[in-house]
Amino acid sequence: MLGILGKSLSTGIVTTSYPATPPDVSAHVRGRPEIDWANWKDARPAAAICPTGAIAYQDAKGQRVARLDLAQCVFCGLCADVDPAIRMTHDCECAARRRADLVAAAGYRLKPDGTHERLTSPPAGTPACRGEASAAPPPSVEALGRQIKRRAGRIFGRSLHIREVDAGSCNGCEIEIVGLNGPVYDVERFGIHFVASPRHADLLLVTGPVTRNMELALKKTYDATPAPRLVLAVGACGCSGGIFGVNYATRGAVDTVIPVDVYIPGCPPNPYALLHGILTAIGRLRPEHGC
Amino acid sequence: MMLSHVSSELRPVVEELTRRFHGRLGTCVAPRSNEIYFHAPLDLVSGCCAHLYRNWNARLVTVFADDARAEAGVFHLYYVLALDAAHGFLILRAPVPPETPEFPSLANAFPGVNWQEREVQDLFGLKLIGHPNPRRCALHDDWPEVYPLRKDFDLKTVLPPFQGERHKFRKVEGEGVFQVPVGPVHAGIIEPGHFLFSVAGEPVLYLQLRLFYVHKGTEKLFEHLPIAHGVRLAESISGDSSFAHATAFCHAVERAAGVDAPPRGRVLRSVCLELERLHNHIADIGAICTDVAFVTANMHALRLKEKILRVNEHLTGNRLLRGQACLGGVRFDWDASQLKVLAGLVAELRPEFAALVQLVERSSSTLDRLQTTGILKPGVARDLGVVGIAGRASGFDHDLRRDFPHAAYDQVKVKVPVYQAGDVRHRLRVRVDEVRESLSLIEQFIAKLPGGPVHAAVGEVPADRAALGYVEGWRGEIFHWIRTAPDNRLARCKIKDPSLQNWPALSEAILGNIVPDFPVVNKSFNLSYSGTDR
Ligand code: SF4
Repeated sequence: MLGILGKSLSTGIVTTSYPATPPDVSAHVRGRPEIDWANWKDARPAAAICPTGAIAYQDAKGQRVARLDLAQCVFCGLCADVDPAIRMTHDCECAARRRADLVAAAGYRLKPDGTHERLTSPPAGTPACRGEASAAPPPSVEALGRQIKRRAGRIFGRSLHIREVDAGSCNGCEIEIVGLNGPVYDVERFGIHFVASPRHADLLLVTGPVTRNMELALKKTYDATPAPRLVLAVGACGCSGGIFGVNYATRGAVDTVIPVDVYIPGCPPNPYALLHGILTAIGRLRPEHGC
Repeated sequence: MMLSHVSSELRPVVEELTRRFHGRLGTCVAPRSNEIYFHAPLDLVSGCCAHLYRNWNARLVTVFADDARAEAGVFHLYYVLALDAAHGFLILRAPVPPETPEFPSLANAFPGVNWQEREVQDLFGLKLIGHPNPRRCALHDDWPEVYPLRKDFDLKTVLPPFQGERHKFRKVEGEGVFQVPVGPVHAGIIEPGHFLFSVAGEPVLYLQLRLFYVHKGTEKLFEHLPIAHGVRLAESISGDSSFAHATAFCHAVERAAGVDAPPRGRVLRSVCLELERLHNHIADIGAICTDVAFVTANMHALRLKEKILRVNEHLTGNRLLRGQACLGGVRFDWDASQLKVLAGLVAELRPEFAALVQLVERSSSTLDRLQTTGILKPGVARDLGVVGIAGRASGFDHDLRRDFPHAAYDQVKVKVPVYQAGDVRHRLRVRVDEVRESLSLIEQFIAKLPGGPVHAAVGEVPADRAALGYVEGWRGEIFHWIRTAPDNRLARCKIKDPSLQNWPALSEAILGNIVPDFPVVNKSFNLSYSGTDR
């Protein structure tokens, strides 16, 4: 017993102060890709190498619409390897309240050889990431962190209960979600607890492309969760179906099966991205949720 | 057949087998010196496997099918036998004509293939003859009659909503016998599966497993992607083994293409495999402690795991090493400062891990819960062909890193811990020993890190080549078998995760134990649902 105590005391505090301080990530981390839309010469090489279809385009009558969908992106960086107009940022906190906010699309007039002559319509909805200009900039993470105590306190009696549901994931997301309960990310410092039953939960954290075999279980879990409830789709697969997409065995994105309040991109999203998504979700609670 | 292509260790086996079945075995091809194919008639397979098992101690590591009707007019069944002592694989390929779509079961002689044979039956519509339990396995009972891995089944088929019963469980009856259903949505942050316990009082009489809840059509999807995209898909077969699966896939493609990863690339591969082993083993040690209510130890384990994941991120840009695997080697080389960070991690983990182990070892109440809990007897483990951590804790002295050295494992001596007790305590012990060994291996690898490139170019892979890739992942042996198609695509990709082999052992290990011990027994195996279900 003394040994256990001694070990804890000698270890000291290891918990991150995020969101008060920015994520402590490596200089080598691959966050979301960023496209220099104005100077993008050709969408085709990046689209060809992108394993998930996150970068895709459609050509018609000498015009091209090219898009980047962060919900599908696995942050592999292959596009940046082949295209000088794309770079991988360090930004992993990409959670968005609307699926459409994760998509950016631009129009180009094409040269005869299929390369871009010029940008005709710049991306309207830029991905709702931190530091990105967007129609309604999301509140900063710091502000969200301050909000959480206030809102969660008002609505959930100072505690938010999360039920994690793996609806088909590869277990990569689960590895990072488990980390939230560890001493470094320590989600309990926000009054957030992971619970064993959906009946005790305010929020469902759902991973995976929803498999045909988990579809019913996910619906039942959702129905068993008392309102007001929130649903977070986690990871590229949860947000869009990811590399698996839709096939005979999967339904793809979580929102094809139950309504989703917040999307957390990444493959898997790291614990900062997960925290950011959860905080975003709580900031979202408004009267339309019955509270 | 040119026996000169066969490794000197396998040659006696091939010669003896050819003599024994004098000419009836069909053509023998040796695309690689340790991977020999016999094109055998179907009726010879069972005798052949039994012979190799008895006389050469061969293990039947995987059974799968391939729809070759377009090319050869038949389905092919493949039986992969590992000859650990001869460091090679013998693969029997047997044709199944589409007019008589059935094949004899080997599950009575080799219980380890019970599920795999049923998977063939479910996904290819080839009927099993003489199987002890031929019910559905990979597809649930409420699925319509479809055979997804046949070529004439479209990947994107939208099946109507399922109706009816998922699975008809066997009844267990008797005075005071209760059934306890658990899942598919579990209480912890784990993957979905259904367990049905039959209990009399506290002890478990019988455990029925229902898996394949996270079946994602992965093997079929491989047939629709360019080979290069397959590497990313392989990373998502089982997240905890992202790098190991992707590397097994790359290994298979490289063998098909006849390309070797350059020396530096092979060493970095091995280091990444050890990093993956480290973070999983340490997390498991913590999780086992949590399941017997020693949460403080888990907190320390999670702290150490976080250190490893951060170094992974520093070395490869991703905490689970995603994006690092690539055809022909690894994608990112490491500069001196990154290597220093890696060396720093090893130096830091040594005392930290020793302290964690001490914490566990000195907690008599923890050890009391782990000892003699969930025993898997060596004989049972051998019959079921249990591999990896669970195999080594139950007397199976085996590790592909030592017996089939891949990546750079031929340059080091891998110490393999083996115990006979087969309880949770010893599955924990295997992990503890392996963590220490991993740390030492990483040190040895960086000490003699060769220079040069980290990946070789793998150009267009010729069509219709078959190859077996293999990697000892942290959980056990992983196999990827591929057959190539034109235009750098695959006609088939068979994935064998060690979990598929080991699940039935969990049902054996839990017998007679009390239900409250199930979580810790389950955790001590820590099998991948996604790796199993694919
Ligand atoms: S980083 Fe995202 S957009 Fe770029 S290739 Fe990878 S998945 Fe596609």
